[in-house]
Amino acid sequence: MRPLLQSEAFIRIAAPLGVGIVMVGLWEIGFRLAAVPVYLFPKPSDIVASFMQHGPALLRALLVTLRITLQAFAAAVLLGTLIAFMFVQSRAIEISLFPYAVLLQVTPVVAIAPLIIILVKNTQLSLTICATLVALFPIISNTTLGLRSVDPGLANYFRMNRASRLKTLIKLRIPGALPYFFGGLRISSGLALIGAVVAEFVAGTGGRSSGLAYEILDAGFTLDIPRMFAALFLITLTGVALFAIMVAVSRLALSSWHESEIGAET
Amino acid sequence: MNALPPGDRFEDKADHAREPAGRAPVVEVLSAEKVFQNGARGLAPVDLTIADGEFLTLIGPSGCGKSTLLKLIANLIEPSDGRLLWWRGGQDRVGQDGRRLAFVFQEPTLMPWARADANVRLPLELAGVGKRDAAPRVADALARVGLSAFSRHYPRQLSGGMKMRVSIARALVTEPNLLLMDEPFGALDEFTRNRLDDDLVRLWWERRLTTVFVTHSIYEAVFLSTRIIVMAANPGRIFRTMTIDAAQPRDLGFRDSPQFAAYCRELSAWLAEASLPQRTGGAA
Repeated sequence: MRPLLQSEAFIRIAAPLGVGIVMVGLWEIGFRLAAVPVYLFPKPSDIVASFMQHGPALLRALLVTLRITLQAFAAAVLLGTLIAFMFVQSRAIEISLFPYAVLLQVTPVVAIAPLIIILVKNTQLSLTICATLVALFPIISNTTLGLRSVDPGLANYFRMNRASRLKTLIKLRIPGALPYFFGGLRISSGLALIGAVVAEFVAGTGGRSSGLAYEILDAGFTLDIPRMFAALFLITLTGVALFAIMVAVSRLALSSWHESEIGAET
Repeated sequence: MNALPPGDRFEDKADHAREPAGRAPVVEVLSAEKVFQNGARGLAPVDLTIADGEFLTLIGPSGCGKSTLLKLIANLIEPSDGRLLWWRGGQDRVGQDGRRLAFVFQEPTLMPWARADANVRLPLELAGVGKRDAAPRVADALARVGLSAFSRHYPRQLSGGMKMRVSIARALVTEPNLLLMDEPFGALDEFTRNRLDDDLVRLWWERRLTTVFVTHSIYEAVFLSTRIIVMAANPGRIFRTMTIDAAQPRDLGFRDSPQFAAYCRELSAWLAEASLPQRTGGAA
């Protein structure tokens, strides 16, 4: 009778969506009844109105933040993977360089952002560098771990067949590292966004090429709280979208063989 | 007192552990011994000749050096003393045409991200054989282990026994001249193991592929082998040799025969003897 209601996929989407709708509804009705002023805490309808009003400016800001995020993410993936490959080539390289990777990771980006912004003239570039620094570490550590986690039996088999270093890397180490690499991608994509927003806050750049963080700062100065919420909503949406894309890519690449991506049907 | 007098009806009367003359030797182990880096004596000097077309099984209590001996034969480790010859030559020519070894491990050790056919193709790929040339050989190897219908399956979609078959196909695809198997069916249930043993007999009989097999199972050893080397521990050494003289190819009939039961009883008694702690002044 009710195949749709019983389908797992439908419930997975419908249940959280239902909760969201109910909460937004309660928020709207509750704040309307209590007559909370907009400059203290806006209602959902105020935020939607703000979207309508500031739409083009917000979208332009979104594109700026998105661009920095994606640039930083791409740079982190590229650099992180290269560094990981270097690390697994020799223990000596890893031992001598890994502490510096940790150093980079533990230093808060807020603390080094001003320095980088002063050193690098181009704002876009300096923000990208900050975000890259934040997003880099999970790629390095996960990919290194993955490249090292080779099934010892298979490694032995490759050795017995006198496989070259390159062939062992391509046929054994890289495929084996993929699940770890994709785990790193998920974390790193979120961190790239955080890094971009934090760096924008520190830079506080005005003018044409300013991102969502600037929109939030600017809305704060002018007490335009609905616009603040609208910008915040866009940042969250971007983060969720990035995560969803990473999950989809990972599923596409691993679903045929890796346990983490195999559904309950097996 | 020995429960069984030496020279009973099953003992190989030929020169200790030497195959009767007539067939070309594939591997000759000449007083090879293995002392490990920690000083432990894994294998006392061993003499053994493996003849072309033999199915030779190494069996014995743990610590008897059967895996060490197999690794020596596989050229995976070097003897501390003594030497080995392959096809009457040194190790440098092992791997050439007509002198190929293949090794099957205790675990299937398949690449989880590759389908069955890609797993079987691996040794050819590592040897630089092109995909087009490899394809018919891969198909043939999978057919020989009865997995033609599963060539596009991933290892996780296969049962334990089927994974082991893929692993055997991966060994067969290189057209080896000597097949070495280290307890390949040890982790499988008895029913699956018996079926794989049936298949292994058939595969061996098809081409008389010289095989050296390590096992803990008395029944498996008697069923498969033309010759069984019983080994003893402290230090690892060859204890006694049994020749299994039964009609080929062996099938269910052999497993049910009184002859089979008699061999098993005998082998079981020998193993019990081989496992006894050494008496006065035994170990060197």
